Amino acid sequence: MAEIVSLTINGRPVRVPSGTVVAAALALAGESRFRRSVAGHPRGPLCGMGVCFECSVTIDGRPHCRSCQTLCAEGMEVRTDE
Amino acid sequence: MYGCDVAVVGAGIVGAACASECARAGLSVIVFDRGPVGGGTTAAAMGHVVVMDDSEAQFALTSYSRRLWRDLAAELPAEVHYEACGTLWVAADEEEMAEARRKEEFCRVRGLRAEILDEAALREAEPNLRPGLRGGLLIPDDAVLYPPSAAMFFLGRAPQNKIEFRAGSEVRALNPDGGVILGDGTRISAGLTVNAAGCGSPDLTAGLPVKKRKGHLVVTHRYPGHIRHQIVELGYLKSAHSVSSDSVAFNVQPRANGQMLIGSSRQYGAEHPGVEFGILRRMLERAAMYLPDLGRLVAIRSWAGFRPATPDKLPFIGPSAGNQKIWLATGHEGLGITSSLATGRLLADMVLNRPSEIPVAPYSPARSLLEGKAHG
Repeated sequence: MAEIVSLTINGRPVRVPSGTVVAAALALAGESRFRRSVAGHPRGPLCGMGVCFECSVTIDGRPHCRSCQTLCAEGMEVRTDE
Repeated sequence: MYGCDVAVVGAGIVGAACASECARAGLSVIVFDRGPVGGGTTAAAMGHVVVMDDSEAQFALTSYSRRLWRDLAAELPAEVHYEACGTLWVAADEEEMAEARRKEEFCRVRGLRAEILDEAALREAEPNLRPGLRGGLLIPDDAVLYPPSAAMFFLGRAPQNKIEFRAGSEVRALNPDGGVILGDGTRISAGLTVNAAGCGSPDLTAGLPVKKRKGHLVVTHRYPGHIRHQIVELGYLKSAHSVSSDSVAFNVQPRANGQMLIGSSRQYGAEHPGVEFGILRRMLERAAMYLPDLGRLVAIRSWAGFRPATPDKLPFIGPSAGNQKIWLATGHEGLGITSSLATGRLLADMVLNRPSEIPVAPYSPARSLLEGKAHG
């Protein structure tokens, strides 16, 4: 059985199997508003392979991280809709 | 035969400014471009409105044009993203600080605002610059903008019954009697033709000494406030002057939406239009020497483009040396955005025999022939 990783999404604790990317953890947690566009519109994952930047979120205080390219890590803090 | 007073080849920011100024003076104008408005060098450019002082003629053109930009600023639509954020020239050492003082005096005696910053004032102006820089020079009236939108605005600003734009219309040759010959053989007559084709201008005017000088840019995600001015290293003045070797310089720009543009690079003889990672790496390493936190930021795109460069770093504006029906507005290298408005105005002045606000002789295309003879 896969090891479990604990992180927080917008302050809410979430547990996922290790090897899960942040975008998948966000989807499992029911998040759809990953970021906002220049005009303030909600954005979420599109390409899922690191090209489109639509799934950017804030990870451990660092803005604009591509959630589809980042693995969940123990204690990670993820914020969306910024 | 279909015709017009002035045929402009090239809908970059320079061609658009020339077309707009001629149409606003009452001439009928057709603008041709193989692509869209502002799709070549204009699209690849940073969009820095900057007074430069490599020569008195360069200063005259860029300071005149900056004044025209400032006069126009209130009329510019939001999508031009015009921001008078100023240029901050950064001095890393005492030698560069001496250059900052020289530039400050050069501007001051010519009536332009310029302010020397010591190390503490520089830190206050741009807290994300690395500690230990010697100081800087603030030119508060310089600006930044989004060039393709400005080119579009120029065309739209002209009386629409006087100007026609033909997108996707390749000009194969300039007719020596005026007018152009299109790729499909169609001939359009014109009283005179303006070759404003930038890097493509030598293809239409044989022997024109305009060479492509490649540059790279990177744009970041949005980090509002990370930088506040267009920041350029004074070392740029040494590196950008090299006419033979590839060079990089620290040159960053804050965009109105919080993004940052990171430059710059210069390459002669590079024909490949794509991004080259070797020089891109050098460029970013140079930028990170000045903005140490750069490595923590996310870049979203990089691209390359070509500047149309002349041997003496001045553009060609006016009738070509060999044919009074073929005019030139090209060769602006990295100053086409800045100089576009002045170029359009000076060209229209000459076409209409109006007096010009600054002497036009330094930009005369005939000088390249004289130079050729002198060195011949």
